[in-house]
Amino acid sequence: MIVAERKAISDILQMIEGAGRVLVVGCGTCVTVCLAGGEKEVAVCASLLRLQNQGEDRDLTVAEATIERQCEWEFARELDELVPDCDAIVSLACGAGVQTLAAQFEDTPVFPGLNTQFIGIPEEQGVWTEHCLACGECVLDKTGGICPIARCAKTILNGPCGGSQDGKCEINPETDCAWQLIFDRLKRLGRLHMLEEIEPPKNWSHSSDGGPRKVKREDMIL
Amino acid sequence: MTERPTGHTNTNSNLERVLAAGEFAVCGELGPPRSADAEVIADHARHFHGYVDAVNITDNQTAIVRMSSIAAGALLREVGLEPVIQMTCRDRNRLAQQADLLGAAAMGLNTLLCLSGDHQVFGDEDTARNVYDIDSMHLLQMVRKMRDDRQFMSGTDLEGAEPRFFVGAAANPFADPFEFRVVRLAKKVAAGAEFIQTQAVYDVDRFARWMEAARDMGLHEKVSIMAGLVPPKSAGALRYMKNNVSGMRIPEELIRRMSGAQDPKEEGIQITVEIIQQVREIEGVRGVHIMPIMWESALPEIVSRAGLTPRPDLS
Ligand code: SF4
Ligand code: SF4
Repeated sequence: MIVAERKAISDILQMIEGAGRVLVVGCGTCVTVCLAGGEKEVAVCASLLRLQNQGEDRDLTVAEATIERQCEWEFARELDELVPDCDAIVSLACGAGVQTLAAQFEDTPVFPGLNTQFIGIPEEQGVWTEHCLACGECVLDKTGGICPIARCAKTILNGPCGGSQDGKCEINPETDCAWQLIFDRLKRLGRLHMLEEIEPPKNWSHSSDGGPRKVKREDMIL
Repeated sequence: MTERPTGHTNTNSNLERVLAAGEFAVCGELGPPRSADAEVIADHARHFHGYVDAVNITDNQTAIVRMSSIAAGALLREVGLEPVIQMTCRDRNRLAQQADLLGAAAMGLNTLLCLSGDHQVFGDEDTARNVYDIDSMHLLQMVRKMRDDRQFMSGTDLEGAEPRFFVGAAANPFADPFEFRVVRLAKKVAAGAEFIQTQAVYDVDRFARWMEAARDMGLHEKVSIMAGLVPPKSAGALRYMKNNVSGMRIPEELIRRMSGAQDPKEEGIQITVEIIQQVREIEGVRGVHIMPIMWESALPEIVSRAGLTPRPDLS
């Protein structure tokens, strides 16, 4: 899933400065699961905005809505009737959701209420970790299902580097060394020989380095 | 020690000549200044004349901005010492690295050490973007391809003189997983490394086990392995490294010995000399790389006491 965290209420208040009627929009998919932008978080965010505003001399009304997926037009359109009544939208979705709303509602400013963090998984209750960087050319087949692009601090393809010690990455003792994990996993699978070959340099043009990416499925294009 | 036959050399590197002649090589190390002061290089270098075959010049070591290793190397060369240019993969992509390799070679620099580089979280520019376009394995391949095939990484031909570097890599026998460390060394050799400089040796037993594994794979015949040494200045300095530098192994006993010493600096020099003597006895070790961090003045004493003077003049 895409993991995100809510921005500070003071930052959101600053973005919506001057707006009288604000619509806070949640998303029912990834950010609901990672407890950043689902229906509950929309309610909390809206309450905090109202509360913070009380102390100030500002006339702010905050409406709430949560749609299934903000990154899809059909769901975004469900807001068609609510949006004309508001001066600004605060989107509690990932960056794709924010941009979908901005494209759908061209005349209304849309502000990001979240900081989109990464593609990741829950590690334990309340903790998520990054697992994929969407590099465009997956190498998990060669690395025992553990991603060196997202999980090695140096995106090394031929690790582990000299900073790997006691299973931890040199950057801090809380971060596992991805290459130690890769080594352990391939050892367990009896496939350690796979690490003897030099993995060639990565073609970053498939990643964001190649410019904004587009996926075209000719068979699906109408 | 196995004697290596006097060999042929590929480059104008003094370090390559010394190693090819079967001599036990000695490298020093110099960290460039955090300023544009050219004199600092000559000032630090004065301790090295006559005691080393080449001097490593670090590349924004521990991710702290310093004068570039290539510029500092060119200044060092002006005062008659051979620099080993360190190049990391942290700050430059393949375009910048290849451009700098051409420039460094054009300025007469002949010896190169390819590294991943310390992650930028360690330095004061910790909000920087990290590059790591290619890793140290690929950097080695790229340098060899430019030298031996006269081609850029892309496969396009060079249009004139090729950069001729004697090329090395780092190895850390003290990092984990131990059983993979020699496999990774073999990969670096396959990628084109001609010499290896190791992380600082304090745990001689572990280093000896690593060398044994390297010999089992015949790697000591394919690459010149130089043991790294950081002369300890005090017990505190050792403890700091033990606790803060990932991939270091420092036996408690050594820290105790330093804390009990009347004259810690003298003890640090003595310890370094002893480690040099021990690693020299290990088959396949072809030299030492002494890194006297902020303590260049200790180097002449260490090299002399270890019986490594005079240095061969093979120019
Ligand atoms: S290799 Fe690329 S696509 Fe595969 S998990 Fe890692 S970042 Fe994602
Ligand atoms: S310690 Fe491991 S995870 Fe960290 S940079 Fe080195 S190889 Fe990558």
